[in-house]
Amino acid sequence: MSVFPEQGMLRAQQPAEDTSPKRSGFQALAAQELPRLYRLARRLVGDEAEDAVQDTLLKGYRAYASIADQVAAPAWLTAILVNCCRDRARAKGRRAEETELDEGDDFSLYRTIAAEDPFPYSDSLHLDFLHQFGREDVRAVLAELPQLYRLPLVLCYCEGYQVKEVAHLREVPLGTMLARLHRGRKLFERTLWEYAERHGLLKENARR
Amino acid sequence: MITCAEAVRQLWEYLDGVVEEADREAIEEHLSFCRRCCGELDFAEELRRFLARSDEPALPADVKARLLATLTDLGDRA
Repeated sequence: MSVFPEQGMLRAQQPAEDTSPKRSGFQALAAQELPRLYRLARRLVGDEAEDAVQDTLLKGYRAYASIADQVAAPAWLTAILVNCCRDRARAKGRRAEETELDEGDDFSLYRTIAAEDPFPYSDSLHLDFLHQFGREDVRAVLAELPQLYRLPLVLCYCEGYQVKEVAHLREVPLGTMLARLHRGRKLFERTLWEYAERHGLLKENARR
Repeated sequence: MITCAEAVRQLWEYLDGVVEEADREAIEEHLSFCRRCCGELDFAEELRRFLARSDEPALPADVKARLLATLTDLGDRA
């Protein structure tokens, strides 16, 4: 996957009277990307996904003239979508979600499962724990995380981006993004355990 | 020589391929004799796959129709 393009890669907008090539070029690009954009938006803002993609189409069209590097065009749209999702989260007053948490959390899901031993007759305790979760549960756990930490987890582990690409996309130093990813993984592990406790998944044969 | 705590702290970064060469060697050396940390490593790999499983439903037909309508109207709205 290519590194995200800079705004400078886009040529200046065409004069207002010559909109049809611009429109058809953007329509072709965006129509092809809709399923991917919607899936990513679902992961980032849940039920507001459709609105976030609408925002992206309008903002993208305004900024789009023609993209010099067609290979980079999907990544460019992704960058706009991620910003639109962040704006939506902010507009809902979830500003606290943008706050960096400290690095003090040393929670280890592996050690917690070993210590709590929820399935005492199992010889594959850790895998049995994960097998209690359906796809809906994984989605629900991700949705509980603050946006600041959910974003790198989703982009790196669900969408397959490299950490440096995500750092570039969010315009933060690589070290900052690595720290957020680390913190996000710890939060994910802790939230997964708490979710399992709350939903009664820590019982032998809970889902069978 | 690194401790289990130091190895475990870097396991995900190790799997992500973002640790320095010297750290990578230290982790691999530790994993060569520490069974518990190998268990942690296997679990971290499993958790990565687990996260990738959280797929979302496909683009619903009605949402797709509305988004395509937005695209069609672009010249008027944007």
